[in-house]
Amino acid sequence: MNESDSNPMPSIDDVARVATLSRLALDEDGLEAARRDLSAILGHVAAIQALDVEHVEPMPRPQDVVNRLAEDEPGPLLDREVLLRMAPRTEGPFIAVPKVLGEGGA
Amino acid sequence: MNHDSNQSTDREHPDDLVARIRSVRAGEATTVDRLEGMLSRIDTVDPALNAFHEVLGEDARRHAESIDARLAAGDDPGPLAGAIVAVKDNLCTTEGRTTCSSKMLEHYRSPFEATAVERLRNAGATIVGKTNLDEFAMGSSSENCAWGPVRNPHGVDRVPGGSSGGSAAAVAADCADVALGSDTGGSIRQPAAFCGCVGFKPTYGRISRYGLVAFGSSLDQIGPIGRSVRDASLLYEVMAGVDPHDATTSELPVESPLSEGTIDLRGLRVGIPREHVTDENHPGVTERFAETLDTLRSAGVTIVDVDLPLTHHGISTYYVIAPAEASSNLSRYDGIRYGHRAEALPGEGLEELYARTRSEGFGPEVRRRIMLGTYVLSAGYYDAYYTRALKVRRLIKQEFDGVFSQCDVLLGPTTPTPAFRLGADLDPVSMYLNDVYTVNANIAGIPAISIPGGFVEDEGDALPVGLHLQAPAFAESLLLRTASAVEATHART
Repeated sequence: MNESDSNPMPSIDDVARVATLSRLALDEDGLEAARRDLSAILGHVAAIQALDVEHVEPMPRPQDVVNRLAEDEPGPLLDREVLLRMAPRTEGPFIAVPKVLGEGGA
Repeated sequence: MNHDSNQSTDREHPDDLVARIRSVRAGEATTVDRLEGMLSRIDTVDPALNAFHEVLGEDARRHAESIDARLAAGDDPGPLAGAIVAVKDNLCTTEGRTTCSSKMLEHYRSPFEATAVERLRNAGATIVGKTNLDEFAMGSSSENCAWGPVRNPHGVDRVPGGSSGGSAAAVAADCADVALGSDTGGSIRQPAAFCGCVGFKPTYGRISRYGLVAFGSSLDQIGPIGRSVRDASLLYEVMAGVDPHDATTSELPVESPLSEGTIDLRGLRVGIPREHVTDENHPGVTERFAETLDTLRSAGVTIVDVDLPLTHHGISTYYVIAPAEASSNLSRYDGIRYGHRAEALPGEGLEELYARTRSEGFGPEVRRRIMLGTYVLSAGYYDAYYTRALKVRRLIKQEFDGVFSQCDVLLGPTTPTPAFRLGADLDPVSMYLNDVYTVNANIAGIPAISIPGGFVEDEGDALPVGLHLQAPAFAESLLLRTASAVEATHART
């Protein structure tokens, strides 16, 4: 993606890259539909590009509050059996996932 | 602003929650009887409305019996003893499932309960069921639902609004006394307006978000939907306040708007944003609003025209910030620890499993917003979209601060139109514009409420519309007492 490109019409390659980053599997039709939707929404959103915000501080939360920290003390945890029962695939006391490491990688 | 504490009791309506549950406390009715009445009503009307995902019949009966037993023993189960409450299905409950109307969480049972729900239960409320919503609260029509859309009790070919459409429909159809919703850009207030209810979004940080399935963490707020401002105030008082499970909850003391009495409208300065009174509004919305202003002027209110020019940038700002936060929050649904998991294919790796799981589990609108959020957070676009939207957010907040030096509260229509037809098949941007008047309260974090603003004619149907009041951050007491006074100028049906 081009650093200076604020054109609100993402290419199919842009959309494919965003799908990969989003961990979504889209076929060709899905990518084209997503490109159309994103273009329409980004076209609307582009209005904020015209505002002068040069000396404005970003506001990530609606109040300028400082986060409250908890005491660094162990507290009660959810039971391991309860959490394991929620997992779609388990093997004994473990959550099962597809093989992550390649041949000889272990 | 003068206090007139006598007015609050005079204005009580027999359908107010307080009036309904007084009979239980007085021993004239039981919680079990009230619950059975609601369950029977749900049986009758919900097949047409689809407001409920799950009715918690047995759990609710057990709870109602325990409330009645405690009352019989002379114990006080709390201010909500006898109340029957419906809960939006994106709030975690240990009874029943918490699906967020998503195939991703079809079988999900939460191991913990949302603080807001726990506080209601501890105050004596009985939870009757979990209500339908737009998937992960993303929508304005309650049509983006994994198990069918919700229909509006005022016309079943109309949407109830969204995303808390099931909660609003449940209250409007008298399947619950009150209900909980969540509001990220108008998701409590717009459905309340479309269904003729009161819907209240408190200040960001007033009610703990612990156990609310996260959508836009800097925008989300839980709030009540009820029949009156008094109902909403009562639930608010029970739920609000600091919670160690949510570091963003405010430590400011929670006032008690009900006990402070209603506000005398004489001398109150009500600001009308010029941008909310436009030719683009439905003619019926314009007429009802003009009548409201006449009534308020007659009651001695000082009407102040104010400008909120950045209102027009609210939707754009929101559709950068909310999807950005959603794309991050929803990255947790990977099919590994809980929720839907795609069937593994031979030789498939972890990345492919994530992508297939998420594509199967999420519906189209959720996928669209994840893509949009990922785009605006990606390298090369982050500053142009996300950082810029956060700067516009500060400008919007400053604009509100400015108008609140000219007036006490803001008033406008909740939505530009009454409920539209189911299957109107609006394009995404048109659908998003439903929230044009509500979304800025989330961006600025201020409290806002929609109260019934009369009915309008639309293609032969009589449909309710809402009046939208907004107040400065943490001024819930001012907002609710004003809303109660404005509500009293409208005849209750």
